Amino acid sequence: MAEQTASTKTVKFIITRQDSPDSASYVEEFELPYRPGMNVISALMEIQRNPLNNKGEKVAPVCWESNCLEEVCGACSMVINGKPRQACAALVDKLEQPIRVQPMRTFPVVRDLVIDRSRMFNALKRVKAWVPIDGTYDLGPGPRMAEKKRQWAYELSKCMTCGVCLEACPNVNEKSDFIGPAAISQVRLFNAHPTGEMNSEERLDALMDDGGIEGCGNSQNCVRSCPKGIPLTTSIAEINKQTTKHLFKKWLNV
Amino acid sequence: MNGYYSRKLHSLLGVIPLSLFFIEHVLTNFGAFEGGPDRFNAGVKLLNDLPLVYLLEWVLIYIPLIYHGIFGLYIAYQAKPNNGHFQYSRNWRYLFQRITGVITFVFIIWHLYETRIQVALGNVTHEELGSVMHNIMVQPGLFTLYLIGVVSASFHFANGLWSFLVSWGITVGPRAQRVSSYICMTLFVVMALMLVLSMVAFRGAEFQGASVMLDTVKSVLS
Repeated sequence: MAEQTASTKTVKFIITRQDSPDSASYVEEFELPYRPGMNVISALMEIQRNPLNNKGEKVAPVCWESNCLEEVCGACSMVINGKPRQACAALVDKLEQPIRVQPMRTFPVVRDLVIDRSRMFNALKRVKAWVPIDGTYDLGPGPRMAEKKRQWAYELSKCMTCGVCLEACPNVNEKSDFIGPAAISQVRLFNAHPTGEMNSEERLDALMDDGGIEGCGNSQNCVRSCPKGIPLTTSIAEINKQTTKHLFKKWLNV
Repeated sequence: MNGYYSRKLHSLLGVIPLSLFFIEHVLTNFGAFEGGPDRFNAGVKLLNDLPLVYLLEWVLIYIPLIYHGIFGLYIAYQAKPNNGHFQYSRNWRYLFQRITGVITFVFIIWHLYETRIQVALGNVTHEELGSVMHNIMVQPGLFTLYLIGVVSASFHFANGLWSFLVSWGITVGPRAQRVSSYICMTLFVVMALMLVLSMVAFRGAEFQGASVMLDTVKSVLS
């Protein structure tokens, strides 16, 4: 008779897997020994060490992405029990079991839980989410930013391009070309910057084109889902205001 | 026209002129509840006595309605609702806005066919519209369909007003959006209630026209 210590607590995971970008997805179940304080990433590491599914078959370890493990890099976004979030901050103790883990399918799936978030970085390029200061000579110090403004702008700068807001948004899908909440909030951030403000109209023009800010349908799931608590809907409404002003200014000045 | 401008036009037309016409229509109908056939017919006459009434109908109602309705169907098609996992009230309103939009569009086409188009075809006159409505409202099945139609239209109007305020950057912060939610949802209830009361009023015997006319109406509806 096999030695069995009494009541070994286990955690059950149901993971949606996919072997390649084009292959069909499938579901695989894993049962892991419970350890206090474990999170979804540490569970995935456990599967990597001992890739046995619940039928006892040895399978290819589940692939995922992660870096910082403290919810600031945005790499480990996945859908856990139906909600998109950071896997490193998803504590097993606080999750209903069995724990269902899926990739964020709004993005192209590379393999298993690994997704390609390129569209988010392309969106940042499209809206010019930076302050252009490069030149041939020293431009000197820029204008100062009021402390009060800096405090709320800092909240917007916490965006880690994790993609959770796009996954939660019912208007970001294959039928629409909506840019998503993250880039719109970054336009607000850079338009609030005293030097960045000098190029504010370029950013607004980028959002007043196909797939721009008009794609927002006000479901407001983004603000409820953002792991960094960024006031995304306030950003969207503020940029709605800026684009409306810009619209009338353009019409009346021509 | 790029996506931004076409979507903004959709949003603007929803309020000016469509919401304004909706409010006007609710008030005219409510005349039936407030003062019976005389009050209602006076309201109908007031509108039809406007100068350039055909032009006004096309510019202020039909053209905006066709654009808003067809573009709206496209917006509804583009949505991928996820209310199963995100059961927040704003997300439900997002879904209902699209559902009620489609219902309202179909309802308006049906309603126009029974009223305005029949007037245009010469089957009924403006003065007989009260009895047309009476004959619809006394039938429980049609009454139910109208009930669904007017509640959908009221919701779509009120919630659309809320999102208009967000989309044009008028209500920016969470508090402003919360307060405008309360106002718009109150407006929804008031509008729906006024329309339902009008519908009940049309059931009254005083709206029953002459029997000859009734037969004409019945042949129209069948």
